[in-house]
Amino acid sequence: MNARIELVVAAVDDAVPGIRSLTLAAPDGGRLPSFTPGSHLVLDVPAGEGRPRRAANAYSLTGESIDPRHYAISVLRCAPVAEGGTAGGGSAWVHELVIGDRVTATPPRSAFAPVHLATRHLLVGAGIGITPLLSHLRSHVRWGREAELVYLFRDGHGAHVDELKELGGDRVTFLADRAGLAEDLVVRLADQPLGTHLYTCGPAGFMDAVVDLATELGWPSSRVHLEPFGVAALDPGDPFTVGVAGEVLEVPSGTSLLEALEDAGHVVPNLCRQGVCGECRVDVAPGSSPLLHRDLFLDEETRGAGDCLMACVSRAVPAADGRAHLEVTL
Amino acid sequence: MTPPPTLSPAAPTTAPDLVAGFPFPFPNPTYRYTTNVEPARGVVTTPAGQWGAAVVDVDSAYGEELAERAAILERDPSRHAVLPHMDVACWDAMLCLMRELALARPDAFTLEVLDDLEGGSRAAYRWRNDLLGIDHTFVLGDASTLPDEPLRWITAQVQEDVVLLDERDGVLWGDAGVVTFAADWSFGFDVGMSFLEIHGPVPRIHSEGVITRAHEFIKRLQPNETYRRTNWTLTVHRRLDVSTETYPAWGPDRPMVLTVDDETFGRLVHLRTEVQHLVRLPESGAVMFLIRSYLLPFDELARVEEWRERAAAVIAELPEDMADYKGIATYRDRAAAWLRAQAPTP
Ligand code: FES
Repeated sequence: MNARIELVVAAVDDAVPGIRSLTLAAPDGGRLPSFTPGSHLVLDVPAGEGRPRRAANAYSLTGESIDPRHYAISVLRCAPVAEGGTAGGGSAWVHELVIGDRVTATPPRSAFAPVHLATRHLLVGAGIGITPLLSHLRSHVRWGREAELVYLFRDGHGAHVDELKELGGDRVTFLADRAGLAEDLVVRLADQPLGTHLYTCGPAGFMDAVVDLATELGWPSSRVHLEPFGVAALDPGDPFTVGVAGEVLEVPSGTSLLEALEDAGHVVPNLCRQGVCGECRVDVAPGSSPLLHRDLFLDEETRGAGDCLMACVSRAVPAADGRAHLEVTL
Repeated sequence: MTPPPTLSPAAPTTAPDLVAGFPFPFPNPTYRYTTNVEPARGVVTTPAGQWGAAVVDVDSAYGEELAERAAILERDPSRHAVLPHMDVACWDAMLCLMRELALARPDAFTLEVLDDLEGGSRAAYRWRNDLLGIDHTFVLGDASTLPDEPLRWITAQVQEDVVLLDERDGVLWGDAGVVTFAADWSFGFDVGMSFLEIHGPVPRIHSEGVITRAHEFIKRLQPNETYRRTNWTLTVHRRLDVSTETYPAWGPDRPMVLTVDDETFGRLVHLRTEVQHLVRLPESGAVMFLIRSYLLPFDELARVEEWRERAAAVIAELPEDMADYKGIATYRDRAAAWLRAQAPTP
C-alpha cells in the first residue's frame, strides 16, 4: 500500500550498551532520497522467531538529510514478549542484523519537522529520543539558525554524544538526572525569546513533564512540538476476503482492496490511490463485515449508510463472528 | 531574444510539438471541480501525441516563454516574492527543479554533487543548462555563489510558474513564488495568504468540499512525493500573462472577440490547460506548487476531431457560475457553436 525501498546493512555500531546504530545503503551504492529533518523510516520486520506476525517499526533518521549516501538509525533494544518483556520483537530483530543483510522500508516520512517561522529552536531529548533532535540540530547548524539542545541520558548510555558535541559545541548541554533537568529547564524555558519553538522527544513520562513545565510557564501549545512516533504511515491492516462477480479473493495485510481487485483482473477507476479523489468508490452489498474507512473523501452520512468504501485505502474489519468479508459490485 | 508574441494579431502557426504535447484537459464529457489529483509522471496518450512524462516540461517555446517571463519581472517585480523564512525552501525548490530538468532532458541539463556534506557542512554542486549556455558551480545555502536569488534564478530556466507553501499549525501558506503567467489571479496579492484563502472566490468548491480535501491531501504528502492535476480556461490571444494586474490590457478582448469573423475567432480563442504539480520538498518540508500553462488555438484544436467534439460538448454544458468564474461567460456560447460548426461534413 505504501511504496517500499530496499536497503542493505552497511555498518553496525554497538558501542553504546543496549543501543545499536545501523548504517543503511542503497543496494547499488548510489545516493538516497533527501528527507526532512526529523523524518523516520518504517522498517518491515518479518514474522518468525517468536514474532507471530510481520510488523512495521518507525525509527528516526539521524544522519545527513541532503543527498545522503546512507540512512542512519539508532535502535534501543526492548525486551520482547518471549523474554518476558512487552515489545513486539522489532528492535530485537534489528539487533540481530549483520552487514550485508537486506531490509525493506518506506522512504523517509516526515511528521516532526522544524517550523521555519521560528526565531529560535529549543530541542529537549531523553535517551533514545535524541535521534530526531540530532537531525534537527544538523539542519539548524547548516542553515545558521539559532538553536540549543538539552540531552538527558544515563551515564554511559548516551548515544551520539560525541557527534552532538562536534556538531553543536556549546549549544549542547548534557544532563545525567531528572532533578538536574527540572532545574535546568525551569530557567531555560523562562528565558527564551518570543518566537522560540520547543521540540521534545523521549519516553512518554519525560515528554509529559517537559510539556507540563512549558505550559505552566505560559508557552502556547502551538510552539511546543512532540514526536508522534510511528503514527504517520497507514498501517498495513488485517487480511480480509472479498466476494466479487461470484468469486472470492484474498486481500492480505499490506495489500489494498484496489490492488487485490486489479490483481484479479478487474478494472476499477482510480486516480490518487490515497483516498482523496473519490474515483475508486466501490459499492458494498448488505451482509458484509463492518467497514474501516481511511479515506478523506466520503462524508459522515455516506459512511453511516455503510454501503460503499474507497478501495484504495479502506478495508473490512472482522464482524462479531470473527469473519472479515466484503461483497462488492463493480 | 525574440519578443513575446502574445500581441501579434496574426499568430504564427503552432509548432508541431506544442500540438503533439498538448495536455487536453477533458477526460470526461462534462466538467465539474473534483480533487482530480493523480501520481505524477504517468504518460497520457492523446489522439495527437502524448504528455505527462515530465514534471518540468521543456518544449519549443522555451526561449520565447523565458524571455517573456524576464520582461514581465522587469516591468513588475512584485511577481517575485520570498518571505524571509522561506530561504531554505527556495534552495530546496532550486535543487528539485534542477533534478527534474535533468530527468526530463538529460541531453540538455545535468546536476552533479561535487562533495559530500557530512556533519552539517554544505556541498558544492555543478549545474549545466546547455539550452541557455549555463555552466555554474555553487555552494548550497551560500547566496554569494549564485548570480541571483535561488528561486528567481531557477525560474528563469523553467517554463513553469512556482508557488512555495509553508506548512505550520496545520495550515499551508503561500509564502514565496515567481508567478508571471497567472490566469485571472494575482500572486502579488495572494502572497502570505493561506491555501484556503487563496481559493476563496472559486464557486462550488467549498460546498463540495474540494478544497478542504485538497488541503488535507497536500498536508499528507511525504518528502519527495509528487502529484499532479489539471485545470483549464479559455484565453483570447496566445497571452500567457492574464493576471489581475494587467486586466486593462486583456479584459476588453472578451467582448471584442464576439465582434470578429469566424476565421479570426478560431485563430484568437485558445484552450488553456494548466498542468499543476505538487512536490513535497525534502529539506524544508515546504510544498512546491508548479503551474505550467499551455495554449492551443481553436483552429488547431479543431483539426483533432476527438478534441473538437469533446471541447464543444464540455464548453456548451458548463454551468453558468463556473463559466462566469472562469471569465468566459461572454463568449463561451460562441466558442461552443464555433467548435460545433467545424464538424466534418459526412
Ligand atoms: S483512487 Fe482516489 S480515492 Fe481511491
